[in-house]
Amino acid sequence: MEPTSHSFPANARAGLADPVLQRALGLARTGFPLRRQQAIERLPEFEELREAGRAIKDHTLAHLDFYLELYERNVIAAGGQVHWARNAAEARDAVLNVCRSVGAKIVTKGKSMVAEEIALNDHLERNGITPVETDLGEYIIQLRHEPPSHIIAPAIHLMKEQVADAFRAAHTGLDPDRPLDEVRTLCEEARTILRPQFLAADVGITGANFLVAETGSSIIVTNEGNGDLTQTLPRVHIVVASLEKIVPTLEDTATLLRLLARSATGQEFSSYTTISTGPRRPGDIDGPEQYHVVLLDNGRTDLIGGEFHDMLRCLRCAACLNHCPVYVAVGGHAYGWVYPGPMGAVLAPALVGLGEAGHLPNASTFCGRCESVCPVKIPLPRMMRHWREREFAQRRSPSAYRSGLRLWAWLAQRPALYHAFAEIAGRILGWIGRERGRFRFLPLASGWTAVRDMPAPEGRSFHSLWAERQRGGAKR
Amino acid sequence: MSARDDILGGIRRGLRRGKLPEEAAAGLAERVAAHRRNLIPARAAALDPAGRIGLFVRMAEEVQTTVARVASDEAVPAEVARYLAAENLPAELVLAPDPALDAIPWDVRPLIAIRRGRAEPGDAVSLTACLAGVAETGTLMLVSGADTPTTLNFLPDTHIVVLRAGQVVASYEDGWDLVRARAQGAPGNSPLGWPRTINLITGPSRTGDIEQRIQLGAHGPRRLHVVLIDEPGSSANAAPRG
Repeated sequence: MEPTSHSFPANARAGLADPVLQRALGLARTGFPLRRQQAIERLPEFEELREAGRAIKDHTLAHLDFYLELYERNVIAAGGQVHWARNAAEARDAVLNVCRSVGAKIVTKGKSMVAEEIALNDHLERNGITPVETDLGEYIIQLRHEPPSHIIAPAIHLMKEQVADAFRAAHTGLDPDRPLDEVRTLCEEARTILRPQFLAADVGITGANFLVAETGSSIIVTNEGNGDLTQTLPRVHIVVASLEKIVPTLEDTATLLRLLARSATGQEFSSYTTISTGPRRPGDIDGPEQYHVVLLDNGRTDLIGGEFHDMLRCLRCAACLNHCPVYVAVGGHAYGWVYPGPMGAVLAPALVGLGEAGHLPNASTFCGRCESVCPVKIPLPRMMRHWREREFAQRRSPSAYRSGLRLWAWLAQRPALYHAFAEIAGRILGWIGRERGRFRFLPLASGWTAVRDMPAPEGRSFHSLWAERQRGGAKR
Repeated sequence: MSARDDILGGIRRGLRRGKLPEEAAAGLAERVAAHRRNLIPARAAALDPAGRIGLFVRMAEEVQTTVARVASDEAVPAEVARYLAAENLPAELVLAPDPALDAIPWDVRPLIAIRRGRAEPGDAVSLTACLAGVAETGTLMLVSGADTPTTLNFLPDTHIVVLRAGQVVASYEDGWDLVRARAQGAPGNSPLGWPRTINLITGPSRTGDIEQRIQLGAHGPRRLHVVLIDEPGSSANAAPRG
């Protein structure tokens, strides 16, 4: 998809003004954090597991080349094939070539953010292959021709009436007067419509939550069973996954799995966690005949060893999204690309450039909730600040903003001057605002006063009051 | 330069080193071969076998798995017949051609129509065994093979799993050890002895994709029923240790 992150301010305003979106976000706003909290309270070892998970990911990244080579050897030993892709174009072509080699017409897909990142569906369609999203949320947004708005709940921005409209428009073979006002009937209809597609597919494409170096396995963590039908029924299974999904051993994977479902949906464990290794074995009576893995770089290696290295620990659980006051106010589409919320604010500028995605790391108050709920302790606010620093250094921020920051920096490096200025300003504003105690309008502060009153200062600065107290002077 | 070389080179540049020296690589290989366990939660690991079974049942029922406990293989057909009637399901099963199910005397319920093999579209109910039950989260572990086709776990509307008390283990890590033991027993110790698929199944299929409201039976089975045979150590698949 073409990013629209450069329009974040306008996108956000549109999101805030959209009553249906606001109702939908309201459901998510309380639900996810509450369920996560309940799950964590049932697992006393959760904090220790966070630390263990962080350590596993850090160890893996420090030896990523070793583990990737080991992983590749084991995939091949199990009868699978590995395709290395430096960028989105190489990944798309690898997938297309495999599909063409078996004359694929219909391809079912499990949910994959990497597949969104490389814009795989459009590429397949342009080449005469029909991709069918099978995850319910992905299926709904495919019908509506829109991108996902959340990395694990793609249709979180919709209410059931919108889903019903999409189904009525698309499922033209069914009785147009059938009732579709219940979630249950909508899910039943999706199940009925998609079952023949699962059975007709020539190729099934999934992502991977983890890739296990020890065994050459790919792992999908789902609740619907669509990923399993996608990867079991067709003749060919293709996994598209980015490099940093590698985990050394099954034991390491179990630790990360204990963190993942609890952080993502508040479940103890997802309904289906499937570890897949190669194609069907001699004697198997079901399963794909071919198993391919497309390993995608697309900017990950550029992050290794740099300021954003820690971002590669991300498990794609979406806890940061669910707890971000900005995300739950404006929704995922405002961020304009595949990865929204705090993790998107760090990852998008790395993958599509600061020029396109520079607004995203600025759409944060640094409240820090994201970092506090991240199962692998990624310092998201710190990395957003790194992006802001780069923006400043590259002169991308608006000039008034840069001048203001420069002035503040000049003052802040001269503490005596800073204190004098603050004392004078405090006294003047305190005197002007002494009657009301607040300002409804203040020059240079309209970003604040446009939507809320600015409290008037008391009149004296803490430093001057403290100095007076130290000298034994009277209290104000 | 191939894409592979470019990518590995990029990683090494980021890590500010070349290819790992032999000794370091050997150390990492040893770490993988040892596959040491990380922290295992005490929830299940601290329990005795009876406690683990109780935990397994509680956790499974929490996620809408139904569990029926029977005394032996002989009692399984009656329980299955009861379950099918209670759920208003046809008395038809597709069974895994799994030796672990051979001891069940289906002829005591001759009205149940049984086919052995993989699942086909239109199959309403499947019945399989499993490798283990993980008490920690009420999770079933099933592995694919010539006798255990995975379509049985996903295509039919209803999935019945026969689990023996001796198969209930504490943690996923206990399960991995069972898969390894089974793979090592395969002819020639070939990597192909490792199963194509390990399915960890925790409850029926579900989705919350519409308005966050949980709905069972998204694409996989709507119902997951466990028939728990209370005969510890009665099966070749029993866990080697607690």
